[in-house]
Amino acid sequence: MDFKTLVFYILSAIMVFAALRVITSRNPVHAALFLVLSFVTAGGIWLLLAAEFLAIVLVMVYVGAVMVLFLFVVMMLDINLDRLREGFWSYLPVGALIGILLVVEMALVLGGRYFGLEAMPEPPAAQAGYSNTRELGRLLYTDYVYPFELASLLLLVAMVVAVSLTLRKRKGLRQVNPSDQVTVKRGDRVELVSMPAEKE
Amino acid sequence: MEALLEPVSQFFGPAWPAVWTLAKIVAIIAPLMIGVAYLTLAERKVIGYMQVRIGPNRVGPKGLLQPIADGMKLLFKEIIVPSGASKGLFILGPILAIAPSLAAWSVVPFDDGLVLANVNAGLLLLLAITSMEVYGVIIAGWASNSKYPFLGSMRAAAQMVSYEVAMGFALICVLLISSSLNLSDIVHSQGQGRFHEMGLSFLSWNWLPLLPMFIVFLISGIAETNRAPFDVVEGESEVVAGHMVEYSGMAFALFFLAEYANMFLVSVMTAVLFMGGWLSPIGAIPDGFHWLALKTAFFLFVFLWVRATFPRFRYDHIMRLGWKVFIPITLVWVIVVAVWMMSPLSIWK
Repeated sequence: MDFKTLVFYILSAIMVFAALRVITSRNPVHAALFLVLSFVTAGGIWLLLAAEFLAIVLVMVYVGAVMVLFLFVVMMLDINLDRLREGFWSYLPVGALIGILLVVEMALVLGGRYFGLEAMPEPPAAQAGYSNTRELGRLLYTDYVYPFELASLLLLVAMVVAVSLTLRKRKGLRQVNPSDQVTVKRGDRVELVSMPAEKE
Repeated sequence: MEALLEPVSQFFGPAWPAVWTLAKIVAIIAPLMIGVAYLTLAERKVIGYMQVRIGPNRVGPKGLLQPIADGMKLLFKEIIVPSGASKGLFILGPILAIAPSLAAWSVVPFDDGLVLANVNAGLLLLLAITSMEVYGVIIAGWASNSKYPFLGSMRAAAQMVSYEVAMGFALICVLLISSSLNLSDIVHSQGQGRFHEMGLSFLSWNWLPLLPMFIVFLISGIAETNRAPFDVVEGESEVVAGHMVEYSGMAFALFFLAEYANMFLVSVMTAVLFMGGWLSPIGAIPDGFHWLALKTAFFLFVFLWVRATFPRFRYDHIMRLGWKVFIPITLVWVIVVAVWMMSPLSIWK
């Protein structure tokens, strides 16, 4: 076993353990942090595949932004675990069915004849000076430019929808507008009045 | 050098690359830590003089041993874990705070070819590592199981995520015009152009064509490190010390070391990305590491200067600056730079 394989097995073991702990840990914050751990190790595995751009973007987007906001919400919720576990046995059959279905689907894909080592030989080793990022960028903006633009448009629409769902103007709320505050000039607030001295 | 290392590398055998890399890491971290220690002294001295005081001057000659005395004091203090705290995470918090700010130094180029890991996606890696800095604060705040730390960590999460976006856009401009993610290449790309041929290299650096981005990056850097005037995370007046309330001894010191190491990192990044790294400002003077050190020291001084000058921002003002001012500016400037590059007026041919 060479060093790369050893690293792969170590990372995979950590990832599987973290993924298991995501669904078994009793505390939702701990679960979210284990999800972070599994994202980081997934990034490590992608690095082993010489996909450095994807690996770094995974860490940057999911660990650096998505999970931070996720934790932000989870920490503020007061989650009652007993209430959550109440319906465990009644939901178990449905959950088990979906789980088995997923395993079967993955087995069919991975064991199929289009997915073996024969169908997909190992790609040739990258030559020196090969930049994963440059290749990916070239492909995204030439061959796959329409799907790429479509996906970005979809995300933009989702963002606009999310904003419009949460944006509401409440009436009768007294609040300050920071933009008005920082643009205030001295003349708006202070008035110098010249008046003659009063005599008794 | 090679001949000198030969017997040592034979002694270690196959473990040699690991040992050699470890030696390089120590060679980067040890000066950094000494720098961090003396930055605390410099901060107190600079702010002292700005406020017409003397600053620390009792420990050692001219107060030069003050950081050592502070360090010793913190080392010998007991680390108290609150009984209601989530113990594992409570210990993990300070570790996660300092680890990314040290790990990011692996891609910083100190001189031509003098870099620990000369990776192709250096800039991205740096962004990814620095985006993990917020976890130390969030975990510490939550694990303390106390009100003020929790409020501090909520503020940290919102603030750091907001300013990262503006910072990312500023970096996109830099990588657009240098067409590389490798930090050494970014520095090299700044040492060419019309001004460079005239001998005025400092006008060919990225700060001039990207002036708005340079300013946005510097201010976002201050916000990202939670320094004054963006230090609402610690906000002594309202949340006492934020995520650090429950920490004592070395665990508390780690947060401090992380903050100052981050200041170093942001300063060195500003120098590398916008001020030409190790390049000398005038063509006639040779390049070298001392230029990078000088530029970094200047930006560190700016950090202290800003802290001594500006009052703390109110929280909604911070959010407004991040989302409503910086992100639109950077978004527009990305397009401006892209169009500029494609137009016949491009200066980056």
